[in-house]
Amino acid sequence: MRPVAVAGIGKTAFGAFPDRDLRSLAVEAGQKALENGHANASQVEAFYLGNFAGPSFTGQNHLAPYISTALGITGVPATRFEAACASSGSAFFHAVSAVAAGLYDIVLVTGVEKMTSQPTPKVTEILAGAGDGCGEVRAGATFPALFAMIARRHMYQYGTTREQLAAVAVKNHQNGAKNPLAHMRKVITMEQAMKGKMIAEPLTVYDCSLISDGAAAVLIMPLERASEFTDKPVRVLGIAQTSDHVALDEKDDITTFRAVKTSAAKAYKMAGVQASDIQFAEVHDCFTIAEIIAIEDLGFVPKGEGGPFSLAGGTCLQGERPVNASGGLKSKGHPVGATGTGQICDVVEQIRGQAGERQVKRNSLGLAQNLGGSGATSVITILGAA
Amino acid sequence: MSELGAGTIYTETVVYSPPEAYVNDVPYQLAIVELGAGRRVTGRIDGERVQIGDRVQFAEYRNNVPFFIKQS
Repeated sequence: MRPVAVAGIGKTAFGAFPDRDLRSLAVEAGQKALENGHANASQVEAFYLGNFAGPSFTGQNHLAPYISTALGITGVPATRFEAACASSGSAFFHAVSAVAAGLYDIVLVTGVEKMTSQPTPKVTEILAGAGDGCGEVRAGATFPALFAMIARRHMYQYGTTREQLAAVAVKNHQNGAKNPLAHMRKVITMEQAMKGKMIAEPLTVYDCSLISDGAAAVLIMPLERASEFTDKPVRVLGIAQTSDHVALDEKDDITTFRAVKTSAAKAYKMAGVQASDIQFAEVHDCFTIAEIIAIEDLGFVPKGEGGPFSLAGGTCLQGERPVNASGGLKSKGHPVGATGTGQICDVVEQIRGQAGERQVKRNSLGLAQNLGGSGATSVITILGAA
Repeated sequence: MSELGAGTIYTETVVYSPPEAYVNDVPYQLAIVELGAGRRVTGRIDGERVQIGDRVQFAEYRNNVPFFIKQS
């Protein structure tokens, strides 16, 4: 297996962009990643696209060649990966695997989602397509409802509180306010977070990530060739994707995501590191409870300690282990198919020391955790200075 | 469709922001019910609200969705 490096990154702003279509967002991010990695479209040997529900949100299908050709990438494999909210994390995992195996050298991975052209009940229904349509979804489960049931059980088993959930939202908005590309650059108070409009008890609107449009792209290549393209290569030290049941009622214990634990264990082993070595992370805070469970499953804190650690400020920008310095899905936004590659871009920026006001101090080893559905897909990536 | 019998609430929520198909039902309570022998099912709660640990009784299927009611 060859070592793989990230040579270029490109992000659009995340937000509600009524005048932008899916392809123009993906092309903007892709072009930025190529420019950032000093590469031409003609050098790209394969195009990997992460997208959850472009056909449902926009009516457009056959998205990978639709986007790659608009970027000037022709005559090479162009394939879409769908793994719910982990779509572009999965595309990235498979792209890294192919480069590591020696199948290609220069590969562009792009994630995109265009969500805001549909009304909220329709968006809710499309997102619910990532659940079990013959069980929980038919009974009326939405994604907020599934994570609300997870939160209730976590509260019951570990004493996690509403205040601890709110602390995650407040912290991520503090970070997102410093991110020029974030969807909601707004600081919120504990009181606001606690008293938000109820979506699914006990989760309020401030516990839920945003419905966003956006795209993010990553240019990868073998580490040995990265110096031809950039003086700031970032190495993929460990990466793993694992899976679990789609239906929440088929999981033994819903207060933990088994796929996160198994993929993290594999990625740590591949990188030759332990959880305690990871200096900062971008985690999948689709809901506040998901960030609390993520830091537990990643081994940053013991099981059940995610809430108290968050409330005590352990995950703040200046804390012991900064989590979601970008603002996370909560404040940066969650254009579902773009979230995985967006996290990779954010970790790379930190390692390069280019994160501006949200730069973390200890920045040589970072992790991205991308979750699909209520834990049926997990992709963990560990990145470090090359 | 089988009778599901009695069970215990494993977890629950009350939904206020529904998918398109259920806009007329909100707010509604959704729960995962433990039926014994490790078997769980996701269904709806009719009538009185329930909490984790409460005992419930299967009432009926409506459009293939199991509905439960709190045991008195």
